[in-house]
This record gives sequence, C-alpha cells and structure tokens, in this order.
Amino acid sequence: MSAREAILKRLRQRTGGELTAPERDYSVLERPDWSREEKLDRFQQAMESVHGEVHQTTESQWVMRLAEVLYAKGARNLLASRLHPIGQALRQSDHPALPPLLDYSQPITAWQPELFNDVDAAITSTRGAIAETGSLILWPSTDEPRLMSLVPPLQVAVLYANELYTTFQEAMRAQNWSAGMPGNALLISGPSKTADIEQTLAYGVHGPRELVVLVIE
Amino acid sequence: MSHRDTRQPPTRSPVREFHPRARAALDNPQIRRNFRNAMDGLKDKRRAAFEGMDLEALRELGANIRRNALARLPDLLEQLEKNLIANGVQVHWAEDGEQACRIVRDICVARGAKRVIKGKSMVSEEMELNHYLEEQGIEALESDLGEYLVQMAGETPSHIIMPAIHKNTGEISELMHEKTGTARSDNVEYLTASARRQLREKFMAADVGISGVNFAVAETGTLCLVENEGNGRMTTTVPPCHIAVTGIEKVVPSLEDASALLALLTRSATGQHITTYFNMISAPRQQDELDGPEEVHLVLVDNGRSTIYQDDELLDTLRCIRCGACMNHCPVYTRIGGHAYGTTYPGPIGKILMPHLLGLEETQDFPSASSLCGACGEVCPVKIPIPDLLVRLRRESVDGDHLHPPQVQGHGSKKKPLERLALAARKARCLPDRHRSGSALAPASTGQNGSLDPHPHGPETGQ
Repeated sequence: MSAREAILKRLRQRTGGELTAPERDYSVLERPDWSREEKLDRFQQAMESVHGEVHQTTESQWVMRLAEVLYAKGARNLLASRLHPIGQALRQSDHPALPPLLDYSQPITAWQPELFNDVDAAITSTRGAIAETGSLILWPSTDEPRLMSLVPPLQVAVLYANELYTTFQEAMRAQNWSAGMPGNALLISGPSKTADIEQTLAYGVHGPRELVVLVIE
Repeated sequence: MSHRDTRQPPTRSPVREFHPRARAALDNPQIRRNFRNAMDGLKDKRRAAFEGMDLEALRELGANIRRNALARLPDLLEQLEKNLIANGVQVHWAEDGEQACRIVRDICVARGAKRVIKGKSMVSEEMELNHYLEEQGIEALESDLGEYLVQMAGETPSHIIMPAIHKNTGEISELMHEKTGTARSDNVEYLTASARRQLREKFMAADVGISGVNFAVAETGTLCLVENEGNGRMTTTVPPCHIAVTGIEKVVPSLEDASALLALLTRSATGQHITTYFNMISAPRQQDELDGPEEVHLVLVDNGRSTIYQDDELLDTLRCIRCGACMNHCPVYTRIGGHAYGTTYPGPIGKILMPHLLGLEETQDFPSASSLCGACGEVCPVKIPIPDLLVRLRRESVDGDHLHPPQVQGHGSKKKPLERLALAARKARCLPDRHRSGSALAPASTGQNGSLDPHPHGPETGQ
C-alpha cells in the first residue's frame, strides 16, 4: 500500500468513529461599514504603524510626487511595468527628476545579479488594500513579476482610494478569489522586518527596507 | 546530534535529561533574563492586539474552523491534492519523517541540486531534514534570521516563533564575528544588514527552496505562508524549484478559514494585527511568466498524526496552528526556556505533542512538568484544552485509567514497581480505587488547584 493510501485509510477508518463538522460563524470578523475617509484613515494609520509611508495624491499629480520621493531617497533608478497604465504613464512622462526607468522584460535567470544588486526601487500596481490591517493586495503577473515587490530596497505601490476594502474577507468576496487564484497572491503590510535579534526591530532584513504607498484620490 | 532513527531511540536521550537541564536553566541568570524579557513583551503585545475584538467569539471561530477541518480531514486532503495537481503542483505523501526526507532528497537528486535554502519550517525540524540532507551531500541553509543564527551556532530553536530568543545581541555579534567575519557590533541594524548581504548570495545560488506551510487551502489548492522577513518569499520564489513540507493536519476548507486563522495566528504569536507578508502560492511559474519556481512540490507528512487522530480527546492536539502563545504564557517555559525540553516543540504544546512522536517513556517528565495553572488553555487561539490533555497523558503514563484503554506509545512507563504490584493486587482483590497525594492518578484532588478548568481570571494571562 502506498503512503497515500495508508494515511487516508487510517483517517477514514477512525477508531473513535466519524466526527461531526461544527458550523463556523464568521460574523465575528465583520467590521462596521467604514466611510471612504475612515477606511483611508485607518489604512494610513495601520501602514504607518509598521514603518510604511503613505502619500495622498491625485491622478494628475502622482508622477511628480513619485519623482520627489525618489529624489529625496536618492534612488538612482526605478523598475516599472511596461504595459500597465502606471508604467505607461511613467514612460510618457518627461519629469526631469524621475530617475532612469528599468524593464523587467527577460526571465530572472538572465539578469538576477543586476536585479539583486543594482536596482534601487520598483513600482507596482495593487488590487486594492485592506483598511483594517493596512495591507496592500498584489497579484504579480507577467507584466509585474513576483520579485518586483521583494528584491529592490525601496518598494513603491500605487493604490486607488476607491479600492480600499474594510476587511480581508470583504476583499476576497468582492474579487471572487475562491473562483480561481493566481500562481502567487500577496498581502503586503509594511517593509520587510525582523525582531530575531533580542526583539529589536530592524527593517529590510531580506526584502525592501522602505515601502511607499501613493494613494490616488 | 545524529539523525533520529525512529526504531531505536538513543540510550542517553537528551529528552530524558529534562530535570538536570531545567535546573541548569533556572540557575542561569542570563537565560532567565533573556526569556523573561521576551515573553513579558509578547504577552503585553498580544493583549493589545486583541483590544476591541470579541476575543472569545474569535477563539470559538478558530476552534470550530480547526474542528471542522479535522472532521473532514481525509476528504479535504484529497480535494487539496486534486486542486494542487490541477494547478501544476506535484503532491507527495510521507508516513514518517524518514520517508519525507527521502522524498525531498529524491527531488533534489533528480534536479542535480546541491544547495538548498530554507524558509522556516517546524515540520522540517521534526524530520531533522537539514542533518539528513547534509549526510547526502546537500547543503541546507536556514534563511530566517533567527534560524540562520541558531544553525550557525550548531543549536536548535528555543522557541517556535523566535528561534534565537535565548541569545542576546552581544552573544549574536560574537557568533557572527566568529563564523562569518562580521565586525563585532551592538548595532542590531548593522548585524541584520550583514546577514542580508550574506543570505542574498545564498538565495541567488540556491538550486532548491524548502519552506513550511501555515495553511493549505483545499478549495483553491493554495499554500499560505505567514512571515515578516521576506525570506519565505525569497525561498519560494527565487530558486527554480520550491518544495513545501507540511503536516497533514494543516489543511483548511476555504480561503475564508485561512483568513480567520491568520487573524488569530499573528495576534497570538507576536501581537501583530498582520505580518508583513501573507504569501499565497497556488502554482509554479507559467509559460509567459518571468520569475517564480518552475517546479512546486508539496510533501504531506503524517509522522504520527493519523494515530493521534484516532482518539476523541487526543485529536484536539492536531488543532494547533503553531503560534507559540502557550509558551509565552507558561510559568514553566518562561523560566526554563525551550532548550530544557530537548525536543522540536517545547513548552505546553510540546508537552502534549512530543509524547506522540517519541513515546511516553522517552518524554516521561513532560506531562508532569506543569503546574496545571491553565494559562496555556486560556490563551490558545483554537481552544486546545492543553491542561486536560496533560492530565490525560499523566494517567496514560501510569496506566491509571481503568475504564479507558491507554493509547499512547510507552504508556505505563512511569508506573513504579510497587505501584504495579499494588495495582495488580487491587485488581485481583477488587479493592476500591483510592486517591493518593502527589500521584498523577488523582490530578487536582489535593493541593490548591481545585479545578482543572482554565480559570477565566488566571494569574498568568491577567485577563
């Protein structure tokens, strides 16, 4: 008998007899219907409490705001998507303070050392965010691959204020996640951190040291 | 330490030296301080993180999600497998740690892999996977900062969430200086940045990444990982092959169940509303994708779990989501630390889980290394009745329950020769049972504990 069959057989022929599955009452996870302002406020508070930066801006101003942030942080370059409207907007911009834009256009193996050592910042879109916990929702894709939000020391994410959900459960229901998940989905709440050395917080242990969220009203 | 042979326990087992080690830890002011500081901090943070929430209703939901999943365990495992395979993930089953180690080795060998990078996985500790792979000529390097340091020191984790909590900054600086040439410093940011540089090289060079799993979602075929550092994401994304190992009990029916347990897990473990990353993996790299592993494997490990599953009472042990709150609140653990136990899982959860994995003879001091204060049961996010299970194991260790046949391997091993005789004689003469002071046969019948039910205002949790 294979391990699979043996394990399943032991579980099915349980000595103690069949178990009954209790009901699950998820209502305890529900939160009041926060207004748009309240959701934004809570998101910002939660994100800032874990060392994330939140900048409120507009559709016409965000590129300029981004350029200022990158300049202030000394980012020498910015990795951006080629096809997403965010990448398109950046590529069409002639803002003088924007650093050179980089492409993620070849498989990771072709440029791994450059991505790990030479890219200062990356910007991605989001599929909204969760107000309760201050979490960004990312579904990496061919256009915005998985490592964009992990390897560069400065992570920038664009969030539309009208895509803020109250809870994780609400976001999953609204976007119908149970119908099919992407290869990789992420909740990101702040920059990478550790407290493994005597409980002292340190940022950027493996992933980004800084996370900047541009909220577009 | 040699790779554990499940058939032949070593004659001088570290687990059996619980008492001398506990004594030594109690006499070590540094250990006492390191643990006390950390555990007091974690208790306060947990309490603050649940403020404004109906904690009791949330724990009830957590318990019901786990009980629901366990009631449907074989069906959910099959559903998980079916969906993972449909997503392109390869699924393997292992009866015990040895078999699981061999499966991992075979995947590595088939790929010609020599360098493995690891994300935190308690099941792999249970399997003693690192040691096994080293013996096979495959380097296995831990990448969680705490695990990295513990491995560097040739030690084992002393806490399931904070593996290096027994060390202070000075000790870690000295260790990193000696092993990696990092300049001595009391600056934690500097030490962390140094580890980042060292480990980034290792991520890029790794042939295989091995991780654990916090929740495996049956309905979508999704493996969920909860972490702050990003080493879990690196491990599961950078190398061309990702192998996830998990106990068979980690499956939950739906994403909604996983999200509810996530809310309980991070608040209970470290007092965080959520961790930096909640990583949901459902498929390997697709044809048009530019990164992510080409191969993803899941190894489902039984290692005694299906045996625990047979018994209505012991079954509750399998609800555990590995948050470590029971340790942080345990008056015994917080004073002696994790190494005194000498087992993969220390503290209250270790005391009810390890006897199943190693037998009650090997772990004979575990069920009684408790004051039965009830704090562990009170804070458990999935309401495992840990004190009741400790009493049950005490009974089993002396064959003290005449109505229910003992289940756990090594039961009766703590029965003293005189007790054996007395019990035999009593059976023969049908004398009535009698509680004796200090005996595990009569838990809480004497002394000041009074009741074994977790007290809602227990001294350790301060609720």
